[in-house]
Amino acid sequence: MRYLLVEDNRELADAILGRLALDGHAVDHAASLSEAEEWLATAGYDLILLDVMLPDGDGRDFLARSRAHLETPVIMLTARSQVSDRVGALDMGADDYITKPFDFSELEARCRAVLRRRGGAARNQVALGQALFDPLAGTLSHAGRTVELRNRELRLLEVFARHPGQILSKTQLMDRLFAQDADVTENAIEVYVGRLRRRIDGMGVRIETVRGLGYRMETGGP
Amino acid sequence: MNTWSIGRRLTLLLAGVAALLSVLSWGMVTSLAQQAAERTQDNVLAASATTIAETLRSEQGEVRLELPYSAFSMLGAIGQDRVFYRVTAGAELLTGYEDLPPPSAALTPGAVTFDTGSYRDEEIRMASLTRLVLAGPGPVPVTVSVAQTRSGVARISAELSRTAALFSVAFFVVAVGLSAFAARASLRPLNEIAAAVSRRGPSDLRPLRRAAPAELVPLMSSLNRLMDRLGQSIRRSEDFIAEAAHRVRTPLATVRTQAEIALRTVRDETEKQRLRGIIRAVDESSRSAGQLLDHATVAFRAEDLSRDPVDLAELAAQTVAALEPTAAMKDIRLRLEAERAMVRGDAVLLDNALRNVLDNAIKYSPEDTTVVLRIERNGREARLTVRDEGPGLGDGPVEALTERFRRGTNTGGIVGSGLGLTIARDVLQAHGGHLHLATAEGGQGTCVTLALPLS
Repeated sequence: MRYLLVEDNRELADAILGRLALDGHAVDHAASLSEAEEWLATAGYDLILLDVMLPDGDGRDFLARSRAHLETPVIMLTARSQVSDRVGALDMGADDYITKPFDFSELEARCRAVLRRRGGAARNQVALGQALFDPLAGTLSHAGRTVELRNRELRLLEVFARHPGQILSKTQLMDRLFAQDADVTENAIEVYVGRLRRRIDGMGVRIETVRGLGYRMETGGP
Repeated sequence: MNTWSIGRRLTLLLAGVAALLSVLSWGMVTSLAQQAAERTQDNVLAASATTIAETLRSEQGEVRLELPYSAFSMLGAIGQDRVFYRVTAGAELLTGYEDLPPPSAALTPGAVTFDTGSYRDEEIRMASLTRLVLAGPGPVPVTVSVAQTRSGVARISAELSRTAALFSVAFFVVAVGLSAFAARASLRPLNEIAAAVSRRGPSDLRPLRRAAPAELVPLMSSLNRLMDRLGQSIRRSEDFIAEAAHRVRTPLATVRTQAEIALRTVRDETEKQRLRGIIRAVDESSRSAGQLLDHATVAFRAEDLSRDPVDLAELAAQTVAALEPTAAMKDIRLRLEAERAMVRGDAVLLDNALRNVLDNAIKYSPEDTTVVLRIERNGREARLTVRDEGPGLGDGPVEALTERFRRGTNTGGIVGSGLGLTIARDVLQAHGGHLHLATAEGGQGTCVTLALPLS
């Protein structure tokens, strides 16, 4: 997925960029509306994350102006009051909005929901063993049967699918699965890995425990 | 300034003028009728006197006359007045009542003179006529006087005057009605403007654009200027609320981001706990700031509530879609069981109320559970029930939970401002509904009911 982030707060932008890159997305960053226009002229994007208050104008005005020729879904990043902003942002053609400060897991969940709602334009299915994994739809198809994954199972499988054969530490997986303020121990990961294992059982793909280091997904074999 | 109604003032003024005109016209008609009656009597008296005078002739040096019947029958036309007459030749009485008062003025032959006097205690009108009759040595002046009492004339005048008075009263009544109508008609543009203003929605501050009589143009333009200023001040306060939120939340977002980055790099579990504590505190303050501002906005909008038709099922579907990602993070399913329920109100506020209730349900629900949102019509009420599988409401007094900054006794370490339910309650009360809190049957989970009158 290719994202465009329009956000003038340097620290926040860096953090979002880092997090989205970690999830395997390509992200371009614009610090103002004029920069955003330059990026939009040169490349196509799957999703735009747009701040409301930018140095050279209001993100909502920009959205209202460019909605006519802009097909890309937009999520507004706002630090303003919910009531007054919801009306503005959604009326101007935003697909969703998220209030600052936000949890990255929530941002990611909202990106996923918007992309899924906008439908299959950028659907990319991944082959996992003998199964076909659709991260956007959150489904796993095997032998004519489609399994719908729960949110955390889906996110866990996504990380594994992106790094096949690599050892992933429990901390890395925790980052993906839980909100940052959630008071969970690393044991919780074992529960979700266990559930995911049951889901993919018999699909020619398995998750191995690497003692003391973490987990690794292997395709092929029994 | 006089606060009397302009309509009443105008009506009274016009009615006063009508009353004056009525009295004047009645007076005029009465006096004309009187004159006409008198002139008629005079004419008849003169005709009667002339008829008698025409029968005068001289016979053997004597003046003779015949009293023709017609001379008196014509007088009978005027009611039952009594008739007196006298004919004198020089100083000698020929016939009639001798004591009838003599004509006041010297008589010229052939001319009729009239007198008003009193005879036998009655007012009379008398016509007198002198003719020279050749009898004996020379012409003798013969005077014919015919008199009649005036009660008949008075009755006719009184009758005419009464009729005139009736007409005047009728005229006055019609004039008053027309005055009221005219007052209302001339005030109609004013009422139309008032209606156009009061028909407007609370947030409709567009200038009035309607054709108005010249007298109302200054009022319209001051009204438009006032609405313009009001709109500006509302926009300013909304901008202020938005700006305040922005100022508070942007640095909080930076702190949170930094803490998250640090959380990813440190390995020590105690340090991690500290960083999570920071993130929780940031979330709490940003939530409180957001809800305080929402609360202010809700209070502001609820004061002048718009009453648009809203389908609760449709609204709930949208709110659920918006909160689905938040719920998915905890693997919580949101199930919506809704039937169509139309209410009247402010969709933004209703969404905010539902969002606060649903947000609570998601926040307090254990992972991997279901939150059920059900909309039912119950009599004249639409009931929106949100039921979770969380820990319930604890032991404290249930209704106190909607008080500002009041939180339950079993909220544990969950971030909250204590304003969510207050906002929801305020929104419902502004719509004439109410919020009901209960621990679900079986003691497991909370059941929040938002009740609204159906439209």
